[in-house]
Amino acid sequence: MILLMQYTLIFASVLMLVALGGCFAERSGVINIGLEGIMVIGALGGALVMKFLPVSVGAFAMVSLTVLASALFGLLFSLLLAVAAIRFKADQTITGTAMNMLATAGATVAVKAMNTAASGGNDVSSDIVYTQAKDLFIIRMGSFEFNWFMLLAVICLAVSYVALYKTRFGLRLRACGEHPQAADSVGINVYKMRYAGVLISGLLGGLGGIVYITAGVSLWKFENGVAGFGFLALAVMIFGAWHPLRIALAALLFGFFRALGNVYSGLGFMMALNIPSVVYNMLPYIISLVVLAFTSKKSRAPKAEGIPYDKGSR
Amino acid sequence: MKNEKKSLIRSESFQTLLASLACILGGLLAGYLALLIIEPSGAWKAITAVMKSFFNYPGRLMLKYFGQTLARTVPLLMCALSVLFAYKVGMFNIGVAGQYVAGACGCLYAALAWNLPWLPCLLIGMAAAALLGAICGILKTKCNVNVVISGIMLNWITLYLTNLILGTVKNPTSPYTKSLQGTNPSALLPRMGLDTFFNNEKSVTIAIPLAVIMAILVWVVLNKTKFGYELKATGNNYNAARYAGMKENRNIINTMMIAGALAGMGAGLLFLTGIEDWETTISSVPGMGFNGIAVAFLGGLSPIGSILSAFFIQYITTGGGNVDLQVYCSQISSLISSLIIYLCAFVAFFKLFLQDRIRVNDEKKAALAAATKEGGEGK
Repeated sequence: MILLMQYTLIFASVLMLVALGGCFAERSGVINIGLEGIMVIGALGGALVMKFLPVSVGAFAMVSLTVLASALFGLLFSLLLAVAAIRFKADQTITGTAMNMLATAGATVAVKAMNTAASGGNDVSSDIVYTQAKDLFIIRMGSFEFNWFMLLAVICLAVSYVALYKTRFGLRLRACGEHPQAADSVGINVYKMRYAGVLISGLLGGLGGIVYITAGVSLWKFENGVAGFGFLALAVMIFGAWHPLRIALAALLFGFFRALGNVYSGLGFMMALNIPSVVYNMLPYIISLVVLAFTSKKSRAPKAEGIPYDKGSR
Repeated sequence: MKNEKKSLIRSESFQTLLASLACILGGLLAGYLALLIIEPSGAWKAITAVMKSFFNYPGRLMLKYFGQTLARTVPLLMCALSVLFAYKVGMFNIGVAGQYVAGACGCLYAALAWNLPWLPCLLIGMAAAALLGAICGILKTKCNVNVVISGIMLNWITLYLTNLILGTVKNPTSPYTKSLQGTNPSALLPRMGLDTFFNNEKSVTIAIPLAVIMAILVWVVLNKTKFGYELKATGNNYNAARYAGMKENRNIINTMMIAGALAGMGAGLLFLTGIEDWETTISSVPGMGFNGIAVAFLGGLSPIGSILSAFFIQYITTGGGNVDLQVYCSQISSLISSLIIYLCAFVAFFKLFLQDRIRVNDEKKAALAAATKEGGEGK
């Protein structure tokens, strides 16, 4: 049972971080389908730090440097979307799709090249191993493993809520997603706001990536990307109606289902139900599709999302 | 002569071709750069190996690899057709990946569990994928669910469902489905002697001419029929189409069904050749559908252009296997193709820029002409 709780919390942390990222981008008016790719690149950044930084630096340095690296990698990768979608008014869905493909291919090529060079051609895998470094993220409380990332997710949630709803910046950001022309007319720089939204989403998405790959395992195969977690986070964002607190609840719910799929074999009464694990994996997607079907008539999505802002158009 | 050149650069399709070529060049350049960073000494050899693809091999082997490349181009082309067909009515069919999976599920299950011959298998696969497309279309028209979002959700639902269903017909000792060759050879697509042109390469079947016929058919439907006209009208302006009396919602659902069927057929045309079995433990949606998106946009959203771009993408993917695996990895070609699709996102901007330059040029010329004319009158 404790294992179920632990997995729920860690998966919920991942989904919350990435969904909050998506929320910032969409609130500023840019659809970020590329979250999946951003997660991969963020995970790569963090995993590299965990691999190369000696364990002797201590828990604080390890955690903070890993977090910094993932956030930075995610942020830089999201620039690809920001520049294309905001400066060049490119189609945001194509750009996002391309970024997802690019991230997995790029990370695989990079890690393979690194492994191949280090082993003189004997190891051509796309794995990064971080067994020892991973232990520094965990504090054991009895059989429950508290992970620093859980705290990080809660902090990000609080900061996001305050930033979006209690500051001038948040109000302006949301205005750019609802009616950019109106925002422009009162002197808000729509382009700047949208850059901010996308870059914040890159930062949070990158963080989500490193949390995800350290959630249960101590080795990651970058060929596999992040197996659809970025897309699941999009579902969480929609389920949470683009609002941080609701996103947190949705993340807990979806995280719970995902955790069930992972640990149900350890729970006697779940085993007795004899439901294949794929059903638990499928459930979050089915739920969000059903919810979408009932709620989309009056969608709470930002009105201007997905439409490139052009000063000249009315 | 000068006039001809001017009209060429003005033509929409020439601009598209130019833009696509620029994307390819950019992608290859970036790929070369990546190779240089990994290991500069062999980079040139590696990039030429990728670009030479099956021409790297001597005579008979070359024909064999040429045949395989064609066989694998087929599903890519079909997915691209699915994407561009839906795009004409204004739908971004990211669900193509799931529709492709549904097609694989339908045809393999029909072949392995019911022992049906190839044609019913193919049709069942297409029907399964069309159903998925229809769900997307109905959710859009009846419940106003964004097609991209419902498509993504359906992709994952279909993947897990397919693993569950095909798990019942899998090989007991491996995660793969049973081979068609051993279980039900009647489900293999007929070759009709086509394989003899490719050094008896078994993967060369009627799938290849069928896919080309489908591409032409899609072109005809889009450009020469009332249905195609209505689709494009709905895509251009939903409300205007509605005002003109077109059944816009029915058109959207039909389009998504056809798009689904095309993707499903692509899966059938690959899996019924028997060169690949479904892996029932696969944990992410196959990239085929997403590559189809790349191909469709690289081909300028035209069915005929897609034939060329599908072949090109598969050509460099085959080429990726040629690099020296002691130093580089074959994924370099996926890196190149993903860069190409990223650059494709800039095509609209590039075209606008080109048109803008032409307009400015024209205005300058007109002004100059007017000035000389005035000057002439003044004399």
